[in-house]
Amino acid sequence: MFELIGIPPQALFGQLLLGLINGAFYAVLSLGLALIFGLLNIINFTHGAQYMMGAFVAWLMLRYAGIGYWPSLIVAPVVVAVVGIVIERLLLRRLYHLDHLYGLLLTFGLALIIEGTFRQIYGISGQPYAIPKELSGGYDLGFMFLPTYRAWVVLASLAACLGTWLLIEKTRLGAYLRAGTENATLVRAFGVNVPVMVTLTYGFGVALAAFAGVLAAPIYSVNPLMGSNLIIVVFAVVVIGGMGSILGSVITGYALGLIEGLTKVFYPEASSTVIFIIMAIVLLIKPAGLFGRAT
Amino acid sequence: MRLYWIALAVAAVAAVFAPTVLYPVFLMKALCFALFACAFNLLLGYVGLLSFGHAAFFGFAAYATGHAAKVWGWNPEFAVLAGTAVATGLGLAFGALAIRRQGIYFAMITLALAQMVYFFSLQAPFTHGEDGIQAIPRGELFGLFDLRNTETMYFFVLAVFAGGLWLIWRTVHSPFGQVLKAIRENEQRAVSLGYKVDHYKLTAFVMSAALSGLAGSVKALVFQLASLTDVHWHTSGEVVLMTLLGGMGTVLGPVVGAFLVVTVQNYFATFGAWVTIIQGVIFVVVVLLFRRGIVGELNALWLRLRRRSVPAATTPPAAARPGVEPAAHEPPPRKRRVGEGS
Amino acid sequence: MRLASGVLGAVFLLSAGPAAAQGISNDVVKLGVLNDQSGVYADLAGQGSVVAAQMAVEDFGGTVLGKTIQVVSADHQNKPDVGSSVANQWIDTEQVDAIVDVPTSSVALAIQEITRRKNVAHLNSTAATTDLTGKACSPTAVHYTYDTYALANGTGRALVQQGGDTWFFITADYAFGHNLEQNTAEAVKKAGGKVVGAVRAPFPNNDFSSFLLQAQASQAKVIGLANAGGDTINSIKQAREFGITQAGQRLAGLLVFLSDIHSLGLETTQGLTLTTGFYWDKDDETREWSKRWAERMNGRMPTMVQAGVYSVVMHYLNAIKAAGTDDAKTVVAKMKEMPINDFFAKNARIRQDGRMVHDMYLVQVKGPQESKGAWDYYNILRTIPGDEAFMPMEAGNCPLVQEAATKNGQPAGGAR
Repeated sequence: MFELIGIPPQALFGQLLLGLINGAFYAVLSLGLALIFGLLNIINFTHGAQYMMGAFVAWLMLRYAGIGYWPSLIVAPVVVAVVGIVIERLLLRRLYHLDHLYGLLLTFGLALIIEGTFRQIYGISGQPYAIPKELSGGYDLGFMFLPTYRAWVVLASLAACLGTWLLIEKTRLGAYLRAGTENATLVRAFGVNVPVMVTLTYGFGVALAAFAGVLAAPIYSVNPLMGSNLIIVVFAVVVIGGMGSILGSVITGYALGLIEGLTKVFYPEASSTVIFIIMAIVLLIKPAGLFGRAT
Repeated sequence: MRLYWIALAVAAVAAVFAPTVLYPVFLMKALCFALFACAFNLLLGYVGLLSFGHAAFFGFAAYATGHAAKVWGWNPEFAVLAGTAVATGLGLAFGALAIRRQGIYFAMITLALAQMVYFFSLQAPFTHGEDGIQAIPRGELFGLFDLRNTETMYFFVLAVFAGGLWLIWRTVHSPFGQVLKAIRENEQRAVSLGYKVDHYKLTAFVMSAALSGLAGSVKALVFQLASLTDVHWHTSGEVVLMTLLGGMGTVLGPVVGAFLVVTVQNYFATFGAWVTIIQGVIFVVVVLLFRRGIVGELNALWLRLRRRSVPAATTPPAAARPGVEPAAHEPPPRKRRVGEGS
Repeated sequence: MRLASGVLGAVFLLSAGPAAAQGISNDVVKLGVLNDQSGVYADLAGQGSVVAAQMAVEDFGGTVLGKTIQVVSADHQNKPDVGSSVANQWIDTEQVDAIVDVPTSSVALAIQEITRRKNVAHLNSTAATTDLTGKACSPTAVHYTYDTYALANGTGRALVQQGGDTWFFITADYAFGHNLEQNTAEAVKKAGGKVVGAVRAPFPNNDFSSFLLQAQASQAKVIGLANAGGDTINSIKQAREFGITQAGQRLAGLLVFLSDIHSLGLETTQGLTLTTGFYWDKDDETREWSKRWAERMNGRMPTMVQAGVYSVVMHYLNAIKAAGTDDAKTVVAKMKEMPINDFFAKNARIRQDGRMVHDMYLVQVKGPQESKGAWDYYNILRTIPGDEAFMPMEAGNCPLVQEAATKNGQPAGGAR
């Protein structure tokens, strides 16, 4: 049989597909980060905790109210977004006139509080969340067995990314948003309520994180620290992509998922570090990131 | 500043007699973290660069020291030097990459690089992964002082701490330190004045890394172990917390912050996740309410009182006097207003 | 004359020896349960171990040699420096006589050094590393419930005997994982099986699908999971999702606890084969004790290490009573002399290197239909006799054993 560096091509397809699935999570998370960063200039360190909250809200709803996966997919992001909006209104808002690093520090503190609280209440060993009936099972693709749910994850994340992109590029609201990113004062002078827009953007970015959390719940165990390591990888993704464009963050997310997938086949020992290595290389060649504008 | 000398004398006496009152191992831990926080502050407080990856220097130096002392059987002084040297090298590599970006990017890059060091430490055989390097011998300092004795060890740690602090104090108040502050206040202007900003930044970064490494090396000898905890990004977060709480941009602030945080950790160690929650709450409170930190606020208060008692005209501007940190330090003023805020 | 001086010498030695060793120091016997109460091991040890230690103290009567017994506890957060701070402080300022439980190898090894130096008993139930009774062994320490070798060896050998003779490992890429893989691979080969491949997965890791696919492609009959905690949980979950277990490959969990099965659910874990040192539903005695424990733990059932904590504390207290002192070296030596016979272990003993040797059980996780109720999770497939389950003492390279071996032929030192 024809083999590519010792790996049969079928297996390679399988691994690429899996990489795409992981990339889906990176894409949705880095998209949320990029949105928030674009308008608020804050790196939302709470993003990982909010991703975890999304998964937990879904689990809590199932456990205590019997609300299943499909409603959770909408409700959980909304709930987490509301919490996010409260955080923005009460806390983040007070820091906009200061150096952005304070925003980073504040959200870092919040992440510690949220993760600590969930740990204190629910322990750490993880809560089970079953794959919804409609999506259980899978397809035998010949070269691999593709669980239906994983296929759904890719589709759902693509839809979320595309939807967000359309919202920003093709609607009036999106136009305001883009303008606000460029020059908030000017947009305000045109009578746009910028503070509300900032709040809503933060809420939306957070909702994306929570959405990813719900998507992740059935695959990974729902545990309080599920977001805390992921967020650092997503940071690296964001640095590689450069925070310049929404599209850039999405593309980088998927691409790095693929690269990571390949590393898992050829040199699995490095698969947790490959993204950081790429980050270092990109920084050497293009300090502003692949899609970033030089400042 | 006579007051400063009196305070210094009091502190010295307190430091010498502290181990008779307080638990020495606790004191040594606090001193190590205090030095670590001061080293970190050199970068955050005086150059305005927030590194989220300092655990890499602290923790990896601990591994290097542990390995040198245990496997190669080096004397403690050489083992500590080895740890510090490794951290310096690491700092040079990280710094060269990270100073290409500023602000948030800088923080994220250092974080990501430190995460690489973490994974390396997890996998490399000499670190013994999860087990860490255990039972590191303390040995005899210069072949004379037996560090197995807790008290001798304490004074060794105290000496290293005092030396490190002195070095930082000297650096900050040297012409070099003035340039660093100029970069913090306005990088463009510093460039236009002809300073090679990147060189200054890199030098400060490497110094900070080296001193962090020194702190980590000593800690490895104190606890006789080097473990993954010290390279984990939580440690990076903790050192930020210590500096912020005590007061960044003040020489003594990080020391105060470190002692407080270590006390909290010690006291709440038995309450599980509460340590994390409390640390988070402190972060939020400090960022929202007193960004100057404890020492910074005290300094500001002191200045305000003095200004009231002494006619303003006779007081030289705060920043011009050596030994007193200008109170207006606190938010590094490169603010770029983005969204709309209060 | 010679005889007289000999006697005199012996008397002198006796009196100069551990004078403080007589009776109970500080008029109290204090047990410090040091474990993870908020992290990954909180469910499998955590508060449950504290409760088990308290039960043992109560069942013993609350006093020994007329002195009260106290239990204190702390969370070491799986950080060796936090653990050693707490232990040092306990010993130096609170006169703790024994440190109990101590999950996480890194912390356990740190505690081993401290307790050795300060002559305090270390009654370890939850740490996995064989080093505790190997090159780091200590005359004041006992390693009670299990170790990586016992789990790896039990599962590896038994599965080969059942026909699972080709293996593929998914190994957490750090010392612990490598160790586990190596131990298991040796057992597999010794039993006539073959290792067809292994993949080193970074640790910690969320996504095992890629590695599972490689395992599937290898067509090994058994996939060995040389990982722990969240990694094991995720790999089991995803193996189910990718239809790997359904397609006939078997999963072997090399470090899986009852609490993990509980949190994963039977639907996901059914068919998983693993080795355990204790199962609550084994016989009347285990059920009786476990139900008493469950009453205090909201109906949870104990893991092997929690049961082990009760048993080791009970044994320790009995040894104090028999030795008439709480001096750690003396008591631990006594513990090694006395056989253990309780609900946890039958005719078990503690070897010279500190390893407690008892029967282990090879179990398979039941399917959801098969399970008759809450916590009815295991079918016991086989009892593995202690001598077969644990690493032979010679292989561990424990210095204590080697010392004893060189001294062999001479009479044991009188004063001791």
